[in-house]
Amino acid sequence: MIKEIALIIVSVVFVNNFVLSKFLGLCPFLGVSQKTSSAIGMGAAVTFVMTLSSAITWIVYNFVLLPGDANIIAKIFPSIRELGLIEVLKTISYILVIATLVQLVEMMLRKMAPALYESLGIYLPLITTNCAVLGVALLNTTDSPKHLGFLQATVQGFGAGIGFMVAMLLMSGIRERLALVNIPPSLRGVPIAFICTGLMALAFLGFSGMVQ
Amino acid sequence: MAEQNNLKEFTKGIFQYNPMFVLVLGICPSLAVTTSVKNGLAMGGAATFVLVCSNFIISIVRSYIPREIRIPCFIVVIAAFVTMVELLMKAYLPPELNASLGIFIPLIVVNCIIMYRAESFAYKNKPFASVLDGAGLGLGWTLSLCLVSSIREIVGSGTLFGLKVSESYQPASVMIMAPGAFIVLGLLLGFFNWRKLRKSEKSMKAVMKND
Repeated sequence: MIKEIALIIVSVVFVNNFVLSKFLGLCPFLGVSQKTSSAIGMGAAVTFVMTLSSAITWIVYNFVLLPGDANIIAKIFPSIRELGLIEVLKTISYILVIATLVQLVEMMLRKMAPALYESLGIYLPLITTNCAVLGVALLNTTDSPKHLGFLQATVQGFGAGIGFMVAMLLMSGIRERLALVNIPPSLRGVPIAFICTGLMALAFLGFSGMVQ
Repeated sequence: MAEQNNLKEFTKGIFQYNPMFVLVLGICPSLAVTTSVKNGLAMGGAATFVLVCSNFIISIVRSYIPREIRIPCFIVVIAAFVTMVELLMKAYLPPELNASLGIFIPLIVVNCIIMYRAESFAYKNKPFASVLDGAGLGLGWTLSLCLVSSIREIVGSGTLFGLKVSESYQPASVMIMAPGAFIVLGLLLGFFNWRKLRKSEKSMKAVMKND
């Protein structure tokens, strides 16, 4: 059990890093990686939301969307038992779950941990449109090669968040140095950030094949 | 006059507000699906459809949407069209194309370009102008996708639209993997910046000569 969980985390943090090999969550990755402190804040917020949203979307997938006896809606409308709702409601239900969750986390943090809320600031509402959050929900459920259990899905969400944070931290370290370097004017800013990300992705390619 | 304005709404998306090279929005799908021109075209088409339809609907109902809850309203409209496009693509396009686009079709929901146009254009303008705006930006994005994907396909697998470019060329497969995508886009952005800088330098020199 512990071995399996460790395998999922290593696989999703290093081998299939969401940012560097799956191209998910690039907008915040480039937008918020100028300073190390904000990179950590954003990474932590995303990890938190990703873990929770993986858990909740797994429940929605298994008890509302999938056809079968476990479907709650099928108890009211029997015709749904055979068809399920995956095809038509997948995208809308997941994005609504994530948007509500982000709003809820924001309200809870404001009440319970005002200091953390202040430091996360504008990053919290931005998480709704982070495609890594919706991406991990889809990869856990509808687009997963095999049916994942509740714990596996949640751990995968947590690991993906940690992978995002690792990539952001590395990138912010590089960009803090880049600010002091003489770069050709046409490559300043976003272009050189992309080229650095490419080189980082090349380094992470060395992990490929470690975990199937 | 009105016709000229309409034309401007359409063409600004291709050059002045090009989503990929000027606004640098929607980068995730632009890097992930550009392994071949076919994928790039399919992705561009799907996103353009969603962009045009959601712009149209949002600008029709814009006076009924309260300001405070506009973002959830936009997301629901966009998600409905994304579901439609996903089902249509599953029905009419070859399965291997669908498999290679994978989760990036449902992820059009969180594509920043669509949200950005809904928020900054369709919420404030008339339906016809919004449709033209959506079509222009969609076309601009599709063209940029084609540019990136044709470079990556030629260098990375030695083909274009699946046809071999040259018999003797040994493809550099790193270009169709993740690092190649980042480096190609970085260099292209650098190239467009270089052209812009050179243009402004030239106009500065012309101004100084006139003085």
